[in-house]
Amino acid sequence: MIEVENLRKQFGTKVAVDGISFTVKKGEVLGFLGPNGAGKSTTMRMVTGYLPPTAGVITVGGENIETNEISAKSKIGYLPENAPLYSDMTVEGFLKFCGEMRGIRPKDLKAAVNKAIDTCFLDKVRHQSVETLSKGFRHRTCFAQSIIHDPEVLILDEPTDGLDPNQKHEVRNLIKRMGETKAIIFSTHILEEVDASCSRAIIIDRGAIIADGTPDELKSRSKNAGAVMLRARGLAGSGIEGELNKLGEVSSVEVLDSTDDSIRARIRAAKGKADQLSSAIYQMTEGKKIVIDELRVEEGRLDELFREITKSDMED
Amino acid sequence: MDALITLILQYLVPAAIIAVVFSLVLFLLPREVRTIFKRELKAYFTSPIAYVLFVVFLGISNGLAFFFFKVLESGEADIFGPFFQWLPWYFVIIIPAVGMRLWSEEQRLGTMELVFTMPIAPWQAIFGKYLAAAVIVFLMLVLTCPIVWTVNYLGNPDNGVIFSGYVASLMLALSFLAVTSAVSAFTRSQIVAYLISLVIALVMVLGSFPDVVDLTMNISGIGGFLAGLINKIGVWLHFSEMAKGNFQIRDFVFFLSIIGFSLFATAVALRVKRS
Repeated sequence: MIEVENLRKQFGTKVAVDGISFTVKKGEVLGFLGPNGAGKSTTMRMVTGYLPPTAGVITVGGENIETNEISAKSKIGYLPENAPLYSDMTVEGFLKFCGEMRGIRPKDLKAAVNKAIDTCFLDKVRHQSVETLSKGFRHRTCFAQSIIHDPEVLILDEPTDGLDPNQKHEVRNLIKRMGETKAIIFSTHILEEVDASCSRAIIIDRGAIIADGTPDELKSRSKNAGAVMLRARGLAGSGIEGELNKLGEVSSVEVLDSTDDSIRARIRAAKGKADQLSSAIYQMTEGKKIVIDELRVEEGRLDELFREITKSDMED
Repeated sequence: MDALITLILQYLVPAAIIAVVFSLVLFLLPREVRTIFKRELKAYFTSPIAYVLFVVFLGISNGLAFFFFKVLESGEADIFGPFFQWLPWYFVIIIPAVGMRLWSEEQRLGTMELVFTMPIAPWQAIFGKYLAAAVIVFLMLVLTCPIVWTVNYLGNPDNGVIFSGYVASLMLALSFLAVTSAVSAFTRSQIVAYLISLVIALVMVLGSFPDVVDLTMNISGIGGFLAGLINKIGVWLHFSEMAKGNFQIRDFVFFLSIIGFSLFATAVALRVKRS
């Protein structure tokens, strides 16, 4: 549905997006991750046809966004960052306007508006002026605008920004549900959202893709993925550490906490021995009066990977 | 009674015809233009802007005509002197206020991002918004009718000339409005859009006066070029000829090309803003 090839955007001398390529198929929800200023919003603005790319090709539903602008745009629903709205309109009036602009026929307009209002839980404020809405309602009104024409492609720039935890939960479920029949790209700072609703995620830093995969694949790439967390007692911490280091399956032991009769440590496997690590540790403890309180294989964490591979502004 | 019938025939009927023709044109335009137009026109009336503009404009134009230029006492049929010849000056102040929000507000709210990701061509949005502001300008002129009624009550003016005065005023106002639209595309601040548009409109009015041209000539270096330029965009001669009933194609072409060029400049500015 969405194909992006070698996308590049330059503002003056600053390169905001530097050769990004990806595809999103129908039924896929792609999460866009990256630090502030990484180029997420700029990429989305180009995919929606708002910003013209400096170089590269974007096709949406088979239509080139630059040469077949109108028909490509008609397939897209877009929630811009900060959810802009006309403050002089009511929620219902605004949605009607957007529906008309999207070419919904007058006889279907009312039903489309009602459906969008129901989906985004806006019934309470439908006759209220946009100016007086709270941030959560503003966001949902703009979200409703993006789905009013039931588009094949949805582009959502930080769709859960400014929502309370319950609303965030609702929106994530909504994205997941709609992702079954549409192609969706959404950007977020919140890594748990990727787990909750994405089928694939891309991490962008300084205008380039630095990681691309399913959430599980990405997690398994983090440094601690596959490591074993051990909490045990019965011997002095240093003694347990010594025993662990004797094992051929262990490459390193990172002691997090050590006392006279206990230890808490993260143990990394030697190359190719990841599968046997936990059972080797277990067997080692059996003959040595060491009691295991916790033995757990870490699956890796997105935030760890994120921190490992992106540079924050502070390091610049 | 006769005066009333003449008035209806010669003033209200043409206004009604213009309104009907405008509605027809609107009906023939693409749905996208109509949708934008409707939203924009409604926005003028849901906020206090339209009402404030009407009151201020009517206060200035009617007030000055009645109290300072003494339409009532002159008893003469000529209202060019007391009324139409002052309109360009009022327009310089009031028309930028009508148009200043057109594109600066879209940029300030961020809604421009919505408009330009919808499946419409940029000219449709630009034209739709311009038309809505044009209706406000048209209504302002219609609301000056007390002056026409008064001179008709007092004497027997040539209502044909009055009508041509209105046509010229409308063309001039629409030109200023298009310039304001272009300026508002460059900035997200309404006040900046207002002030810059006001200065441009003022130069356009002053540009036809020989004194001003001479003054500009004296600027060393670019004086000649500048004087030529402001003389070219000077609206006064085009306006006054037209307002006196001397309809010439070149005057219409002049105003229409200012409108066309300015709307085109609006499109270019918005495109540059996005890239």
